[in-house]
Amino acid sequence: MFSVMPDSAVRIRDLRKTFGSVEAVAGVDLDIGDGEFFSMLGPSGSGKTTVLRMIAGFERPTSGTIELGGRDVTSLAPFDRDVNTVFQDYALFPHLDVLRNVEYGLKVRGVPRAERRERARAALRSVRLDGLDGRRPAELSGGQRQRVALARALVNEPKVLLLDEPLGALDLKLREEMQVELKSIQRRAGITFVFVTHDQEEALTLSDRVAVLDRGRIEQVGTPAEVYERPATAFVAGFVGTSNRIGAVRVRPEKIHVGIEPDAGSGGESGGPAEDGPGRDGRAEGGAGTGDRHAFGTVAEVVYAGPATRFVIDLESGDRVVALQQNLRTSSMDVTRHRGARVRIGWHAEHEFSVPETGAGTAPAS
Amino acid sequence: MTLSPAARIALRAVMALGLAVIYVPLLVVLVNSVNADRAFGWPPSGVTGRWWSRALDNEGARTAVLSSLKAGLGATAIALLLGTMAAFAVARYRFFGREAVSLAVVLPIALPGIVTGIALSNAFQVVLKPLGIGLGLFTVIVGHATFCVVTIFNNVLARLRRTGTRLEEASADLGADPFRTFWHVTLPGLRSALLAGGLLSFALSFDEIIVTTFTAGPGARTLPIWIFDNLFRPNQAPVVNVVAAALIVLSVVPVYLAQRLSSGGRSML
Repeated sequence: MFSVMPDSAVRIRDLRKTFGSVEAVAGVDLDIGDGEFFSMLGPSGSGKTTVLRMIAGFERPTSGTIELGGRDVTSLAPFDRDVNTVFQDYALFPHLDVLRNVEYGLKVRGVPRAERRERARAALRSVRLDGLDGRRPAELSGGQRQRVALARALVNEPKVLLLDEPLGALDLKLREEMQVELKSIQRRAGITFVFVTHDQEEALTLSDRVAVLDRGRIEQVGTPAEVYERPATAFVAGFVGTSNRIGAVRVRPEKIHVGIEPDAGSGGESGGPAEDGPGRDGRAEGGAGTGDRHAFGTVAEVVYAGPATRFVIDLESGDRVVALQQNLRTSSMDVTRHRGARVRIGWHAEHEFSVPETGAGTAPAS
Repeated sequence: MTLSPAARIALRAVMALGLAVIYVPLLVVLVNSVNADRAFGWPPSGVTGRWWSRALDNEGARTAVLSSLKAGLGATAIALLLGTMAAFAVARYRFFGREAVSLAVVLPIALPGIVTGIALSNAFQVVLKPLGIGLGLFTVIVGHATFCVVTIFNNVLARLRRTGTRLEEASADLGADPFRTFWHVTLPGLRSALLAGGLLSFALSFDEIIVTTFTAGPGARTLPIWIFDNLFRPNQAPVVNVVAAALIVLSVVPVYLAQRLSSGGRSML
């Protein structure tokens, strides 16, 4: 774990940035460890990209400090910082071919021609992009441009690599492929990655730790498991995955087991024998709806989604919950006929979590 | 859109007529430059190279062409420098009076040449004369530069607004200081805009006559002024005709280049 970091690759203290009257970043503290894959996750306008741009040096902070490897770089220009950036739209130089794009950083730093050729080719090989040296960026596909951008940054062997939604422009298949590759490149190179994304799944999949941002502030920093299973705030609970409110607690959809009541084949309002045993104190009796917590309700909607089925269930308490069941044995024919069925749901107390509820959204009394 | 056959024929005729109005007179000039008949009688009585060789030997025409080239190149050089700088200021920085500066730079192209001419002539008399600088090629260049700046400014400004600063950020991120970034990234990005603006600027200067009249001393006769002076001397008419024919042929080159540039030839990116 990264709880104690004497040698932070990036250390940020009370960072603030205002544009006119808008406070884009409102006091951010971060310690990012050496060799860590660190993500900043948040919706658009949360300030994550602005933090990244301040680390790169494109924006000057209104106040606060940024240290890279123990050195205060707050007022240094981008070209004096040992970081490189992979831009969202790649920002490849259109008038240079692939090899010259990758060489660029070495060239402006005065690395001799033969050496930089060799290093650029090696960087291109490391992102699996051989044989396109002479192509212009306009002649490449989106995925190829992405790899060139990555090679162009990596060839400089920076201490920290900043990635600004680098996979955002790729289609799903390619994005998943690049995720795997990014992770392996990061492990191999041992470089600290600071990765900005609005895609919670991407952040959870790739990161050693995730910072969730909202409205210029950090809501929570933790490992993907911590952020997902123990969200610190209502915002994190809602932004990272789906969270169901059941009474005073919250439960993730996949933690809820759905058991169809045996006599509910006809569906509708016809009450089953177990109907009078609601609440979380009920004990498991049958195989369905396992767990040490129970509730009863009616299936309002069933969505078949390939590997899993999503149930939307209206509980007797008035809460509406979403439950995700893997389709291990069931088929689409089986699940859709459960619409309107009475169900008993079950979950384990250890999967419950609670967050400080704010404002009008407090849970209704059950 | 589909047109009826009659409409199609009519539109083609109109287009042919329009192009004929423009190009037939030019063709006549070209033909007359080799017309053996001294009075340009029609149809030509024969083909001769006499006028061309006389024009090449003509001292006045040669110096006039040279003056015009110098004026055009000088004015374009000044315009490239100042126009690019002004475009950067307006596109990349926010400052008090930015819109006013933008308007002030563009205005001279709309001003009547006669106004610019009088104003510059007066100013040169008042400011430069006491310094011992008389009217001549230098004042012509300055006069032309006032409106040549506009073509560069507009071209570069449009390019800067379109490309934004992301490539420059990428360059700085990769370790390039501002000078290297300008040289390796910004300037190549502006190359086609500068070339197109420069060609237009040179063309504007090359056939300028009004401002030139007011700012050229007796020593600096550009080609348009020389042509104008000789137009009504019957003896010189064949030579003037040859010069005009030469200019037609030469004009095709920059126009062709400019068209290729603005149609976004891949190699220029």
